Amino acid sequence: MSCKSLFSLLIVAFGAFGFVNPSFAQTTEETTTTTAATTEEHAPEKKGINLTELVFGHVSDSHEWHFFELGEKPVAIPLPMILYSPTKGLDIFSSHHFEEWHRDAAMPGVQISNEHNGYHIEKMMKEKVIAEDGSKVYDLSITKNVLSMLISVALILWIMLSVAKKYKAGGATKAPSGFQNALETAIIFIRDEVAIPNLGKKKYIKYMPMLLTVFFFIWINNLLGLLPGGANFTGNIAVTLCLSLISFFVMMIRANKHFWGHLLNPPGVPLGIKFLLVPIEIISMFIKPVALTIRLFANMLAGHIVILCVISMIFIFAGLSKFAGIGFVPVSIAFAIFMFMLELLVAAIQAFIFTNLTAVFIGSAIEEAHHAEGVDHEHNDKIEIIA
Amino acid sequence: MDLLTPELGLFFWTLVAFLVVFFILGKFAWKPILGILSEREKGITEAIASAEKMKGEMSQMKSENEKLMAQAHEERTAMLKEAKDIKDRIIGEAKEIAKTEANKIIMEAQAQINQQKNAAMTEVKNEIGTLALEVAEKILRKQLNSNEGQEAYMNMLANDIKLN
Repeated sequence: MSCKSLFSLLIVAFGAFGFVNPSFAQTTEETTTTTAATTEEHAPEKKGINLTELVFGHVSDSHEWHFFELGEKPVAIPLPMILYSPTKGLDIFSSHHFEEWHRDAAMPGVQISNEHNGYHIEKMMKEKVIAEDGSKVYDLSITKNVLSMLISVALILWIMLSVAKKYKAGGATKAPSGFQNALETAIIFIRDEVAIPNLGKKKYIKYMPMLLTVFFFIWINNLLGLLPGGANFTGNIAVTLCLSLISFFVMMIRANKHFWGHLLNPPGVPLGIKFLLVPIEIISMFIKPVALTIRLFANMLAGHIVILCVISMIFIFAGLSKFAGIGFVPVSIAFAIFMFMLELLVAAIQAFIFTNLTAVFIGSAIEEAHHAEGVDHEHNDKIEIIA
Repeated sequence: MDLLTPELGLFFWTLVAFLVVFFILGKFAWKPILGILSEREKGITEAIASAEKMKGEMSQMKSENEKLMAQAHEERTAMLKEAKDIKDRIIGEAKEIAKTEANKIIMEAQAQINQQKNAAMTEVKNEIGTLALEVAEKILRKQLNSNEGQEAYMNMLANDIKLN
């Protein structure tokens, strides 16, 4: 028991996010009472913790915001379920109705909830809402990630609007002060290091609001994800896909004749090569948003998983011997602190890289015929290699 | 693979939230902030340019001032010299006038003194003459009161004639 509460404490302390799922509670219970009779289907989980379920339970989305286990009881905030299915229409109810979890021998590694309103949840790495009648379910629930995002949206709006108010009150003649000063550094950085070099001095101002919003949206969400109990929002592929599709959409809308001309009919290239080159160019155009999606998703997810694994090592060793577990605590914590510092850095770097690549892609789409091409391309390639 | 399938709900809410944040911030935060930033930068550039210009003007003004100072200095020296000349001239003239005037007064005084002296001398001479006559008359009267006197006088007169 003490082992379990220590684990919860560490999870909360090192910003691993919330979801200690019921299976974990179950499995640790089993490790502490190993001599107790267990049913056959639980036999493989008898020794030690189920790391896969534990880690992915933490990094994936959930319909409730779980913090830790207090004794036997989970401390969690139930979140609203918003479900739509063609047969049943719109359905809104609280997620606390799904509280009984069981396993089915037919589906190993899957936890199934009780049925409510004609729905139940199947949980593997992710939670899936299944309708009892087998119809398709559109799940628009306010999940943990959505709620975390809404909190960060409120935070962003509050910060930016209050700073904007300060700007308006001070006017152009007053020197920035306090938090305004910190933010101004970031804004000027985005403008001078991201927007102007990639988009050109004439056009950059049009894209500044988008770039700034992308940057701060990702950065603040990254940081919130690192908070103890926070959600792994930016390490979710739906989120990064959405963001990169937005930048892809902007790129497609803003692309000029010069861009399409170079793409579909590259000048100065023999006809035979064109048949080879044009498909490659078109594929590379679609690979750009995919690369953006995967880069942010994988970076954030990996960071979270590494911190979780480092912490879990204590309990893996504790499974072997109690003393090994205790002995491993300082090593684990030192590693976790190091990873946490690294993640703080990565949070800012990834936000910058996403913004910069967005600017690079838009820049290549809006580039005029006789732009200083050589310099810009070299610059862009370097950034892509680093990223 | 489970992890790589995007969920519809999260995608939808992310899109909505991002667009809301984008439009609100675009209108109420980025626009004024970027506006004021560029305005400030423009202001700073202008201020530096005008300071630079002012500096040039100042140095120009300084050289002009120096020139003016030198000129004023020269003028002052000239004026001082002129004033001194005028002073000297006035003093000289005044001296000249005073001298002639004094001479004139002295001459007049001398003439008057001479005149007075002459008058006084004449008067004294007259007075002395009268007195001498009176005394001689008195002496003669006394001497000629007696016979001997008259005789002596006649002898004397006769002696005088003899001598001739």
